[in-house]
Amino acid sequence: MKEVLGLYNYWIVIGLMMIGFYTMISRGNLVKKLVGLSIFQTSVMILYISMGKILGGTAPIIIEGRENVVYTNPIPSVLILTAIVVGVATLAVGLALVVRIKEAYGTIEEDEIHEQDDVM
Amino acid sequence: MSVVVDIALLAFLAVTAFAVMKQRNLFAVAMLSGIYSLLCAALYTMLDAVDVAFTEAAVGAGISTVLVLGTLALVGHKAKKPARPRLLPLFVVLITGGVMVYGTLDMPPFGNADNPAHQHVAPRYIEKSEEETDVPNIVTSVLASYRGYDTMGETNVIFTALVGVLLLIATGEQSRRIWSADERNGGVFEESSEPVEDGHG
Amino acid sequence: MDDRVILRVGSKILIPFILLFALYVQFHGDFGPGGGFQAGVIFAAAFILYALVFGLGAAKAVLPPIVVHTCAAVGVMIYAGTGVVTLLLGGKFLDYNVLAHNAAHGQEWGIFSVETGVLVTVFGVMVAIFYAFAGRRRAEP
Repeated sequence: MKEVLGLYNYWIVIGLMMIGFYTMISRGNLVKKLVGLSIFQTSVMILYISMGKILGGTAPIIIEGRENVVYTNPIPSVLILTAIVVGVATLAVGLALVVRIKEAYGTIEEDEIHEQDDVM
Repeated sequence: MSVVVDIALLAFLAVTAFAVMKQRNLFAVAMLSGIYSLLCAALYTMLDAVDVAFTEAAVGAGISTVLVLGTLALVGHKAKKPARPRLLPLFVVLITGGVMVYGTLDMPPFGNADNPAHQHVAPRYIEKSEEETDVPNIVTSVLASYRGYDTMGETNVIFTALVGVLLLIATGEQSRRIWSADERNGGVFEESSEPVEDGHG
Repeated sequence: MDDRVILRVGSKILIPFILLFALYVQFHGDFGPGGGFQAGVIFAAAFILYALVFGLGAAKAVLPPIVVHTCAAVGVMIYAGTGVVTLLLGGKFLDYNVLAHNAAHGQEWGIFSVETGVLVTVFGVMVAIFYAFAGRRRAEP
């Protein structure tokens, strides 16, 4: 039972990752692709944070005057903290590109953009 | 107890992600992705990553949603129905997911203190951070001090992203005046200027 | 716009507290969850809320775009400048130990300084990106 529970986190995270991936590669709408990308990204972050967790531990903020406190691993937190902010910055660049594509092509559906390109 | 909450939150996340995939009204997609971020923040709190939870709640549920909504105001909110069920993406996704699940079978169990990830660098930070930097929050001390180079590079990344966004959408005819009038010689400015007289006649 | 009295009054009451909370998150980041990134985003969120409720023009009157763009650049400069100062004081790049009479105090100063840099950059970038999106006209179909 413990074994299955131990891997449950990872399996759901993989599920989320694949949903994000599928949204990215199967949907033609560019905004939806970007939302799919951010779901993919977030699932990678959850994977990292899950690996840093220690059951029975506490958040990595030192408690004064207490011995033998188990702290959760701080390194994944640090890595993911910066990744989230970079994630929103790249999302902004992606959305800006979508806005420009809409202005140039009049649509944000992938297949319609391809059609217009083929005609030209 | 915490395991139950953990499982429930992950299940909610899966449902929300699925709804994002199925939903074709992009406004609903934007709101669902906000909900998704908020659930993530709750999950991070359960997993003891409070700093990350804080950031996710502020960035993911706040700023990202506003940005997506701002984009939808410019590009419209209806996504087209996919023309035909595409089997290739599904196939690719199933294979990738299957391989990754196979990979997890060798992973150490969740939350075990003996896992390899907790053996090497982290104990050093936890032990010495307080005396070396006088900052109780280990995440802050690692972020700003031990790994200051990373954070500097990352600050540069978001600055560069801003430059990219400004170059893409803050210039040209479609943008309302972002700069003050004297810095930009846009159309309005040129029209109102008087024609230059040729001195020699 | 005038019929949304509750929204306008409500956000007017909220905004000072959001700004104050951002400062709390920034300066309490050493002892609890928080730090430059979160504080910058919350600070930006206050101005974005103002822009959403009162219009982009009003927000730009309070916080002109040139100030925001300068913030984004100055923050990076503060961060890198901390590194340069430590170099000039004889340490390595971003080695905060040399900033004060003893190592732990130097670290405290260094962390404070770079977190300020991060706060300023993140605030500037987030508001500027919002301005860029909100300031764009819808393309003619």
